[in-house]
Amino acid sequence: MADYLDKQDIKDIDEHIEWAKINEDVVRSIQNPRWSYWVAVGVCVLLLAIAVSAEVYQYNNGMGYANLDWPHMWDLYIATFVFWIGMSHSGTLLSAILHIVQADWRKPIYRFAEAMTTFTLMTAALFPVIHVGRLWNIYWTLPYLSDRGIWPNFRSPLIWDAFAVFTYLTSSALFLYIGSVPDLAICRDNTTGFRKKLYTVLSLGWLGTDTQWRHFRKAYMIMACFLIPLAVSVHSIVSMDFSASWNPGWHVTTFPPYFVAGALYSGCAGIMTLFILLRHFFRWEKYMTLAIFEKNAKLTFAIAMVWTYLNLIEFASAWYGHDVASKEVLWAKFTGPYSPVFWSMMFIGSVLPFTLCFQKLRRNLPLMFFISIIFNIGMWEERYMIIAPTLSLGYEPTAWQVEWPSIIAWSIVLGSIGWFGLLFLIFVKVIPSMSMYEVKEMVYHRKTGEDAPPMTLPAYALTGGGHGGLHPAASKSDPEGGG
Amino acid sequence: MSKHRILGLFKDFEGATEAIAEIRDGRVPGAKVKDVSVLSAIAPHPAMEEVLGHRTTPVGRFTLVGGTFGITFGFFFLATAQSNFLVQPQGGKAVVPLPTDFIPTYEMLILFSVLFTLAGLIICAKLMRPVKGLYSEKVSLDQVGVLVDNLSESSFQAVKSHLQRHNALEIREEVVGK
Repeated sequence: MADYLDKQDIKDIDEHIEWAKINEDVVRSIQNPRWSYWVAVGVCVLLLAIAVSAEVYQYNNGMGYANLDWPHMWDLYIATFVFWIGMSHSGTLLSAILHIVQADWRKPIYRFAEAMTTFTLMTAALFPVIHVGRLWNIYWTLPYLSDRGIWPNFRSPLIWDAFAVFTYLTSSALFLYIGSVPDLAICRDNTTGFRKKLYTVLSLGWLGTDTQWRHFRKAYMIMACFLIPLAVSVHSIVSMDFSASWNPGWHVTTFPPYFVAGALYSGCAGIMTLFILLRHFFRWEKYMTLAIFEKNAKLTFAIAMVWTYLNLIEFASAWYGHDVASKEVLWAKFTGPYSPVFWSMMFIGSVLPFTLCFQKLRRNLPLMFFISIIFNIGMWEERYMIIAPTLSLGYEPTAWQVEWPSIIAWSIVLGSIGWFGLLFLIFVKVIPSMSMYEVKEMVYHRKTGEDAPPMTLPAYALTGGGHGGLHPAASKSDPEGGG
Repeated sequence: MSKHRILGLFKDFEGATEAIAEIRDGRVPGAKVKDVSVLSAIAPHPAMEEVLGHRTTPVGRFTLVGGTFGITFGFFFLATAQSNFLVQPQGGKAVVPLPTDFIPTYEMLILFSVLFTLAGLIICAKLMRPVKGLYSEKVSLDQVGVLVDNLSESSFQAVKSHLQRHNALEIREEVVGK
């Protein structure tokens, strides 16, 4: 262990790890849950049970029990919806963007980030349904022709949201699954009993032939290329739920990039949290190294600064604009009843990330675990601060009213954490939460002397898709493409 | 006449590459490089891809078809629904508003591109078929397999000795038909 810790100071991964050892460590992680796993499952089920009870109560007694009333028609549920959608951007960032730019340090950690994308979207999708209240009529939102006189408004960002979230959920789930197929084949070859049968089905008959790899790399690269604009469009469209309206504080041009930056921020913080948990519980110190954690932490810091800048732009737009109501909403955030939430958001979002500038602090994983959770609390506050002050202080002064969420609403929000946690816990015991074949590639590249991918792509990468990065041998054998 | 298949397992890519290079150069009677497949735990070594020769993938064409279908379907799906709104007063607004319809159409473009890409992968890579015939679980561990197909009785022996000469760790064989 100490040996690995020494090596971590300079290396993303130890190139002397045997491939068989990688298989063994990862396959072991999907088998024989320890007691701590069942404790985590128990906590998640408990949170979920509380949420279901609260939802049943709200369903029977009305939305007023969630303190949802005019003018606070949107509140905690929609803020939490936006928060979970934002968390989903982690997988796209780590998996798709870093894959395309061939940052191979992502390899040990992208799989669980992709899973996080899928499960956060599944969690987010619950909130509009809960928010609507009339669960039995939820199918009315579907735009199919009938004699009920329902006219879906395709000009509304709310409908765009439905299209975007559905597309993102479908695409990210397929991206996660297809990327896992070679690993599922490894599980098939290394398990027995019902697990072998399960993985035989899930691995789709993967053999690892050069033909399969060639098509796989191409398909994976294409899907990655589509996921990036999709992720940006999803959160831009979510931001239009607000910015396309005339409400003070919402009608801001910079909302789409501001939302995307906030999404990447909370996603990166979520990755930090799960990184530390998986590293600890699966004892993956030699794969999820401190060097990789530091890179993710630096990325988080950079995104935090972008988020801070966009916040300042938003404030400046309201301050120097001619809309008195927008300025009053902004001033109310600074000094009004929501100011404690606002200032804690600003502290967490813009000041706390400076802890990531210090190597000593970055390498203190218990501290980083705590800070990563605080980051996400800050990001949740950001979403709440977008919604609540505007609804409290709209254009109509007679409607001014400060409203705080009820215990029913809080219970459902906490239950969503249990729902996400439960999905993730099931995931880590069914699908390898670290990519075995990509870690093998990473080890192989390091062993054969590749420190960083060349800047110029060799011909095979351009024609073949390039999944898995570049091989040093190509650099040596291809003088034009070697870089 | 029966045909044979043979699978040689190698310790690493280098040994397998050398063995295939000799087949490509015609130094093994009866064996052709087009009948050679490589089985490995990671994407094949580029030097090996070079030895195997240029092999294309049509997955991108599936994506193109999917994208075209997605745009068409997305737009007409919306336009069809919106055309039913003609019974409502339009107030001077377009029945089919192009700027706002662009967004769901864009999402459909991506959705169907991804779905067709997936279909392309499954079809081209011959997935969703049972694992049978020559396969070794050691391939998913750390060994590299060289599978030579379509061999006659005489060439089969030549290939077998060729693989042995290149230090294949294990050789498996099967007769595939008459």
